[in-house]
Amino acid sequence: MTRLGLARLQFGTMTIYHFLFVPITIGTAVMLAILETRYWRTQKLEDKKILDFFGRLFLINFAVGVVTGILQEFQFGMNWSNYSRFVGDVFGAPLAVEALAAFFLESTFIGLWIFGWDRLSPRMHAWTMWLVAIGTSLSAFWILTANSFMQEPVGYRVIHHHAEMTNFFALLGNPQLWVEFPHVEIAALTTGGFFVASVSAYFLVHQASYRSWFQAPFQLGLVVAAVGSILVIVLGHEQAQHLIVAQPMKMAASEALWHTSGLHAAWSIISLFNPVTHHTWFSLPIPDMLSILAYNRLTGRVLGISALQRLYVHRYGPGYYVPPVFVTYWSFRLMIFLGFLMAALSVWGLWLIRQGTLFRHPAYLRWMSWSVLFPLIANIMGWVMTEVGRQPWIVFGLERTPDGLSPTVPIGSVAATDIGFTLLYLIMGLFEVRLMLKYIRLGPEAEESYRSPAHDHIWGPQDI
Amino acid sequence: MTLPTLWFSLIAVLFVGYFFLEGFDYGVGMLVPWIGRTDQERRAVIATIGPVWDANEVWLITAAGALFAAFPNWYATLFSGFYLPLAVLLAALILRGVALEFRSKDDRPSWRTRWDAAIVVGSAVPPIIWGLAMGNLLHGVPIDQHMDYVGGARGLLNLYAIVGALATLALFLLHGALYLDLKAPEELSERAHRMAYRIGPWATLFYFLFIFLSYFYAHFAHKLGLDPGPIPVLAGCSMIAVRFLLPGRHRAWAFFALGLTIVLSTISVFVALYPRVMISTLNPAWSLTIWNASSNSYSLKVMTIVALTVLPLVLAYQAWTYWIFRRRVSFKDTWHY
Ligand code: HDD
Ligand code: HEM
Ligand code: HEM
Repeated sequence: MTRLGLARLQFGTMTIYHFLFVPITIGTAVMLAILETRYWRTQKLEDKKILDFFGRLFLINFAVGVVTGILQEFQFGMNWSNYSRFVGDVFGAPLAVEALAAFFLESTFIGLWIFGWDRLSPRMHAWTMWLVAIGTSLSAFWILTANSFMQEPVGYRVIHHHAEMTNFFALLGNPQLWVEFPHVEIAALTTGGFFVASVSAYFLVHQASYRSWFQAPFQLGLVVAAVGSILVIVLGHEQAQHLIVAQPMKMAASEALWHTSGLHAAWSIISLFNPVTHHTWFSLPIPDMLSILAYNRLTGRVLGISALQRLYVHRYGPGYYVPPVFVTYWSFRLMIFLGFLMAALSVWGLWLIRQGTLFRHPAYLRWMSWSVLFPLIANIMGWVMTEVGRQPWIVFGLERTPDGLSPTVPIGSVAATDIGFTLLYLIMGLFEVRLMLKYIRLGPEAEESYRSPAHDHIWGPQDI
Repeated sequence: MTLPTLWFSLIAVLFVGYFFLEGFDYGVGMLVPWIGRTDQERRAVIATIGPVWDANEVWLITAAGALFAAFPNWYATLFSGFYLPLAVLLAALILRGVALEFRSKDDRPSWRTRWDAAIVVGSAVPPIIWGLAMGNLLHGVPIDQHMDYVGGARGLLNLYAIVGALATLALFLLHGALYLDLKAPEELSERAHRMAYRIGPWATLFYFLFIFLSYFYAHFAHKLGLDPGPIPVLAGCSMIAVRFLLPGRHRAWAFFALGLTIVLSTISVFVALYPRVMISTLNPAWSLTIWNASSNSYSLKVMTIVALTVLPLVLAYQAWTYWIFRRRVSFKDTWHY
């Protein structure tokens, strides 16, 4: 593999990994804030135990979210120094604001939340979780401001091969940001909803004694999940409409649309194609659906890959401008399928609750206890589509990915960090999953769950 | 003050915040198994930094973000140049973060000893790497005309930088011990106090050795002559003062005196560099300066407005957190780590 390949592999793996934890943090923080506010009102011991229980799970996840984030902050400089030089002037600003305005907020108040039970008034304590929730969403907003600039550069000019910021408010008003942020934010809330609903569903089927405890969180999770997943679909639709204007090539690639469509563009549910010869053998279309997705109308041409390639050559000079079609096509499909699946599952659940027949459908609950995996996968697929579909650009229309690479970092170093970080992350992930499962199994009444070992002596320097 | 100078100072402020705050919490991390002999004791030690370590770490993250925004070239050269040491630093920070969070989440002694080891390693590596970085920054590194570091990884290991690493390590250890003296339960605080006496001489030795070597290795030394100016002198005096404050009744003074040393030494490093941010040993003209490494004045202006409104707020709520947790940790508390 080339140095470029290794560096891209590293960015992709590390960022995907980070984003497995991020949406759970963002979404569950809001859920916890709601649960704590509820407890503050009811003052029931059982509500406190539920809150503590989800709090434990949240913190296990949060820890990994934080530490994987630290690496992110440095990655641009390590492997992508030319990119950093080129856009730092514009791109660095939202990143710095994120740290200043969001990370301080969430990290300070999470400390207060964890350790502040006996030192803060109950009301103030509930506030700390709301502030954590606000902090995580602010952080999403600022990082997506940075990311939107890469998708759709605005508010800059290029001087001496260097992008300079000319208008900060243009960055904040980036049309890409205003479709991307709502989609990601709501997707994260949905993830939180499914997380809480999943865990609750597990108790509803497997531990009947806790039924009464987990009904309320299950219902809360389900409402958030249902509203969220429907909104995410609507907002995703908005994004597609923006995409067709801003990055038509990404849209064409995620449709495997080799040639410009007719007036009625169909949307394929699945299609089998050869990305090299641009040949589609088989496709299962929904007539007019692509026109609807793109323009909200039954008619409308969508430009195809070959036409866009010619157009881009004309605009940007010679080069190959087609992103990996296979990956973009299937990641887009998976995200959409999962979106509809999630909406269906959650709405169905609400309906069952209304009918009062929830407990007559253990199979449904069993499915629900795994359901958190759906938004997690959908989130990753969304990012894969967004980022891979942007290729070969690192900053759309301004800089290509190979030009962003650090010029003097030896290939051995990149390979070493690839392997090292991947191993570290794998091990960490294993521990995280094990702890998560353990604390779910222990349940909400694991009294003093972090107690010391029975035999308090512990091996240390005094034993040497 | 021009904007690049202002931002150079703000970056210095962020690093000062980072070294002052996270310095002692690295020290505490390294001391966990020495001050805490039983599991209860270790949890008490960890509880002293529990509520604050994450927020302390954000000072580093913010410093990196601000570096990116205000001096993209500095960010790019430094992090791509110091690639492997930085990777090791990040791995250590990752390990330390999860270790602090996970160690008490299982009650098997073997689980806890292993994560404790991870806390120790994860806390010892960062000061070593920052010390190395500091030595190399003061000495200068091979940077070519495109602002790229061309020295390879081994170039970063030299006597001066290694002494810098040991000095930083010892300084943070000492600061950790002094912090525990203030915050740990009484029984442990005695132990920490004795520990401070044991670490003190080493910290002093390496600290002054580093200053001594600076006259031979650091780039700025010929410029200054023998007198380094008031800031470093004050830093040295306050280092010596620690020894005399240690036996006194108000132990907080020793902690703050050493804190002052850390703050002033960090400032000295930045003053010594100014107006350069990375010195090229290949050709002085290829050095990165606050002018050729900075963003344009518009971005700096925007960032200044943001920083000057948000930073005071951050300082206020962080100070408030320390106020909330001002009490000494006690064995009667319930711990969450
Ligand atoms: C849409 C949301 C989102 C996205 C796209 C990213 N992050 Fe993130 N990040 C968060 C949302 C978030 C968060 C929700 O705020 C986290 C997750 C868990 C946590 O504790 O905070 C976080 C943690 C986190 C931290 C640790 C903060 C702390 O110590 O409290 C850093 C330094 C970063 N991130 C940096 C990045 C960078 C440089 C990214 C881009 C490549 C990135 N994140 C993508
Ligand atoms: C957190 C969710 C994100 C995920 C899962 C993600 C995923 C990916 C993936 C898979 C690639 C590799 C594309 C390829 O090489 O073909 C990539 C590239 C990239 N992304 Fe993201 N990304 C995310 C967020 C961001 C954000 C918020 C930024 C910037 C602020 C960003 C900046 C970049 C850069 C600079 C590259 C270029 C390096 C490369 O091509 O590998 N990403 N991302
Ligand atoms: C029918 C449903 C959906 C549609 C039509 C849709 C549409 C889209 C589109 C067009 C993009 C790419 C935007 C760009 O590159 O600029 C995208 C990205 C993304 N999607 Fe979806 N989406 C749907 C469902 C979901 C679901 C259910 C989730 C997760 C719970 C999700 C999470 C994401 C994420 C995290 C991104 C990447 C960030 C971004 O560019 O906004 N999407 N989606």
